[in-house]
Amino acid sequence: MAESELNLIATPPCAGLLPLSIGTVTASEEPSCALTSIAPYRGQEGALSDALKNAHGMAWPKPGRMTGKAGARALWFGQGQALLVGPAPDAGLARHAALTDQSDAWAMVRLSGAGAQDVLARLTPLDLRRGSFKRGHTARTEIAHMMGSLTRLGEEAFLILVFRSMAATLAHDLETAMQSVAARKRL
Amino acid sequence: MRIDCPCCGSRDIREFTYKGDALALDRPDPDAGDAAWNDYVHNRDNPAGPTRELWYHEMGCAAWLVVTRDTRSHEIHAVELASAVKGDVA
Amino acid sequence: MRIDGNGLIDRTKPLRFSFDGHAYDGYHGDTLASALLANGIRLVGRSFKYHRPRGIMTAGSEEPNALVTVGQGAAQDPNLRATTLELHDGLEARSQNRWPSLDWDLLALNDLAAPFFGAGFYYKTFMWPRAFWEKLYEPMIRRAAGLGALSGQANAERYEKAFAHCDLLVIGAGPAGLMAALTAARAGADVILADEDRVMGGRLNLETEEVGGQAGRDWAAGVVEELRAMENVRLMPRTTVTGAYDGGTYGAVERVAMHVPNPGPAPRECFWRISARRAILATGALERPVAFRDNDRPGIMMAGAVRAYVNRWNVAPGRSVVVFGNNDGAHRTAADLLAAGVNVAALVDARLGATTTLDVPFYAGHICGSEGRKGLEAVSIATMSGIEKVQADCLAVSGGWNPSLHLACHMGGRPDWSPGIVAFVPRAGMVPGLAAAGAANGTFSTAGCLAAGADAAQAALTDLGLNPGMPEIPRAEDGTYDITPLWSVPGKGRAWLDFQNDVTVKDVKLAVREAYASVEHMKRYTTQGMAPDQGKNSNVNALAVLADATGRTIPETGTTTYRPPFVPVSIAAMGAGAQGKGFAPERMTTSHKASVAAGAPMIEAGLWYRPSYFPAPGETIWRQSCDREVGFVRGAVGICDVSTLGKIDIQGPDAGAFLDFVYTNMFSTLKVGRTRYGLMLREDGHVMDDGTTARLGENHYLMTTTTAAAGPVMRHLEFVRQGLRPDLDVQLMSVTEQWAQFAVAGPKSRELVNGLLDIPIDNDSFPFMGCGAVTLGGIDARLFRISFSGEHAYEIAVPARYGDSLFRLLKRQAEALGGGAYGMEALNVLRIEKGFITHAEIHGRTTAFDIGMQGMMSRKKDFIGKSASQRRGLMDEGRERLVGLKPVGDVQQLTAGAHLFDEGAEAIRENDQGYVTSVGFSPTLGHYIGLGFLRRGPERIGETIRMVDHLRGVETTCEVCNPVFFDPEGGRARG
Repeated sequence: MAESELNLIATPPCAGLLPLSIGTVTASEEPSCALTSIAPYRGQEGALSDALKNAHGMAWPKPGRMTGKAGARALWFGQGQALLVGPAPDAGLARHAALTDQSDAWAMVRLSGAGAQDVLARLTPLDLRRGSFKRGHTARTEIAHMMGSLTRLGEEAFLILVFRSMAATLAHDLETAMQSVAARKRL
Repeated sequence: MRIDCPCCGSRDIREFTYKGDALALDRPDPDAGDAAWNDYVHNRDNPAGPTRELWYHEMGCAAWLVVTRDTRSHEIHAVELASAVKGDVA
Repeated sequence: MRIDGNGLIDRTKPLRFSFDGHAYDGYHGDTLASALLANGIRLVGRSFKYHRPRGIMTAGSEEPNALVTVGQGAAQDPNLRATTLELHDGLEARSQNRWPSLDWDLLALNDLAAPFFGAGFYYKTFMWPRAFWEKLYEPMIRRAAGLGALSGQANAERYEKAFAHCDLLVIGAGPAGLMAALTAARAGADVILADEDRVMGGRLNLETEEVGGQAGRDWAAGVVEELRAMENVRLMPRTTVTGAYDGGTYGAVERVAMHVPNPGPAPRECFWRISARRAILATGALERPVAFRDNDRPGIMMAGAVRAYVNRWNVAPGRSVVVFGNNDGAHRTAADLLAAGVNVAALVDARLGATTTLDVPFYAGHICGSEGRKGLEAVSIATMSGIEKVQADCLAVSGGWNPSLHLACHMGGRPDWSPGIVAFVPRAGMVPGLAAAGAANGTFSTAGCLAAGADAAQAALTDLGLNPGMPEIPRAEDGTYDITPLWSVPGKGRAWLDFQNDVTVKDVKLAVREAYASVEHMKRYTTQGMAPDQGKNSNVNALAVLADATGRTIPETGTTTYRPPFVPVSIAAMGAGAQGKGFAPERMTTSHKASVAAGAPMIEAGLWYRPSYFPAPGETIWRQSCDREVGFVRGAVGICDVSTLGKIDIQGPDAGAFLDFVYTNMFSTLKVGRTRYGLMLREDGHVMDDGTTARLGENHYLMTTTTAAAGPVMRHLEFVRQGLRPDLDVQLMSVTEQWAQFAVAGPKSRELVNGLLDIPIDNDSFPFMGCGAVTLGGIDARLFRISFSGEHAYEIAVPARYGDSLFRLLKRQAEALGGGAYGMEALNVLRIEKGFITHAEIHGRTTAFDIGMQGMMSRKKDFIGKSASQRRGLMDEGRERLVGLKPVGDVQQLTAGAHLFDEGAEAIRENDQGYVTSVGFSPTLGHYIGLGFLRRGPERIGETIRMVDHLRGVETTCEVCNPVFFDPEGGRARG
């Protein structure tokens, strides 16, 4: 089929599920962007960090940390692994690390508003206290029985990643927790 | 119960998956003989006291850990990366 | 009866409630218990075994008698303690364990038959005939003896779970807990203060004493206000910490909206998992009763509870009260009653040489019995000069106080006996990180509790490296606690120890006579301490009686084991978040919506949902759809979403070596652009998983796992990488979710695929088992020429965002070519026709030899499972090995799970020859086909064998055949 005739339509992971606002908390899907997992080969961490800085302007993140800024971030994503969020990866990075396209693998949700932390406290065993989990801190953890990634973007703003196939479960569990937190405030 | 993951810090037990005794790290040579392989695959001690066991931080950083735990008190004395225990050259 | 006073009730907020259908009035701030007492209701329940009339005994969560049911239908909530149940407008409570009514309970006949119902009666009385136990005796006993009941319906009310973290968890907000929380909070620590009550303050809310020159409860309220304003403090009223667990983890149940008539989506209860670096146990103490004849009548209450009702709720529990005790608390109770204007008929002190300055009739002696039909009418007082009967409708009893040390014992530690206070006290370090303070630690003066709370917080914070300031300890009551032990008053009749489980002094003595003399045996023989209250009122008294009966001291006798939860926790709260969709995540493929729209019933495959079949108009049973879909693939082209299979990206200089180590066969020799089937063993030599792995680049492979094993295989590969072969430079990454992958299978598959690809393929560019990058409408995709149906087939993978769109397109195109989408049923038939295995066959105890793949175990290299797979037993010719089966008898059906027997042999376990693992009706061949494992299977091709399914009652004879039923040469896939 000629290119012009075949028109595949992209569907975001949370299509039809989000946004959702209950009480003071809002859950919304982040705009689609390139997600690339980066896992350095043996002895390449230093060279990779330099390459990352040159190509994308951010350092290799330490465990539990996020580097870069809005639009081009690197999230620590597990032992010896980071997730480049935003730019398409510079081809030169592949000399130092295994690069894997994950742009379609994760549902990426922003949870924000007063009480967002209380909502998450119903879904994850992670210590979310402001002193322990500060802005720019990130963690791989369990989110409502799902493997996930959680990052604090602001005082009451978090980035949540779960597998794309579980987006509906995440939306459902967020909604339940958001309802509960809002209803508690009304008691 | 909580495990202090060397990558992630103190985490709830539900993030981890248990495998068994850490002797699984000490895989015999292919020609070590039936007795050695039998011990490796099947035989485990059941001590009242410190044990070294393997846990996988499956819901976290995906690191395999060697956890030294006292079976009498559940006290955890040490948590190490399995790769470090094996002497990863990196 | 309500009296004057300024307790913690709001007389401007009257409430209406009902008990057993009768309407009553109460006030905001009442518990159900205080409101019932205010309305003169003394009879509130029937006892567990003897159906004795019972009344409110305590003012806290230790209440053994006043258990009620609230709510209707599915929301019916039994066994709630009236003493902690906050009154709200419209509350409907019902008494329990009575029939037909509380006042006239026919099963009170049990009380007359009491001689037959002593300790261990069910071990003796109902032993014969044996068969009667399950059918008659047990149901009968369960009907007669018991508490409230669940509705049996699914509860739709909301419950939730939540997690919390803190530096210091303070359990209990009495004087010690408040002081501890204040000290820690001022030092900047993250503090959680949890208390069972709706108002924090503990006994300061119940007593008349002063703290820091003001009323105790006002001081408490001031501290709570200071704490509430601090960001580092989380106040958790209405929250009972129920268990102490490893690593500083505590369970707690919060009653969120039980006190609200219409809570909306607010949860009724929340179960908290609290992770605390340190904890302070400031749970206070529980008053214990004294056992004497008929000490269980409604109106007989704990002395501290009487003070609580008088002072906090402004309720007189009786018009004429007798106070009895073995410690100073009795005098305090009498004084409070006098101050409130309640008649004190007598003050009875069991201590030698006791006197009083109070203006009440005083007796040095003890209570030796009681009278009254459904409530107390009189008590008998024994003194040196004889027995005197005194009219009273309430008796306040204090046998002393037991520190509430339960949580400290939850990790198996045993407490110490303190002769000074005649009670058990926690030992330091019983739960790592937890320290007891105040009354929970045996300090019974308010001044002592305040100081102990501050001290405990200072110690905990210093331990955490924080620098606590020295708080000022307010002035408070600092009296002594003078007690003479008194457990039971000797005499005839029944004297209750455990009110909730109806255990008397006699029962404990009987247990000793029948050689159940150890405390744990006594507990199980008499059931003392086994009711929902877990013996909070009775344990120490019972073991003191046991000690006496066995001639041992109390410390020698020891305690039973304290286990979580401290108070009963509803299963709904413990399971919160796990009902319905919360039970497990649901994984949806990108084709889910289109499949559902096409009417496909979705079935679970692990966490995934996959289409079972796609019904066409006019089809009435699934088999019609399945047969048609098999026909698509064999005759034209079929489309199936295979995205659920695990996909693992493997990259690095040692990727090939890594795969050689985890698979039985070689992958380092695989050419780039080619795919190979691989077999993976566990280290014990049995098959773990199978699948195809493609080589995408020199150092880049893509492994496929089965849907079911994707998680376990990833875990296994990471273990090998990190734990066994850290020498290999290789990286693993799951890409299951990144790609939407669809099988395009059938003679017209290439025609369909070429209709979509920007650059068409042919047999040279994409031979059987070839793979590579392609583009569809400019989108980067991957194409694999692999087949799970035996037909010429492809799998095409696109980034998941295009999955929905591509599936709809593929389905349309296939339909235009005379095919269409196929589901799991057809997929299963197709693969059985080809003898392809799934986890039905590689179920965990089959070897490569069993499935005929011993040839895939390379001799040239080591691999996981190699050594163990070479064991003789795993290569024995007599093992059950894979065969095909087809029915040849009258019954033309096969069933999975059926067993195989030789013809003429009895179908019993000893004659078992094997079993059937997979079956399906093959529309291609026109009959049922099956796969199974048969002893010496491959040697028996052509034999006839008997299949018996004992479970479903199906039996037939089968021909043993080659497991590959269709196109055994494999020409169709290669062509």
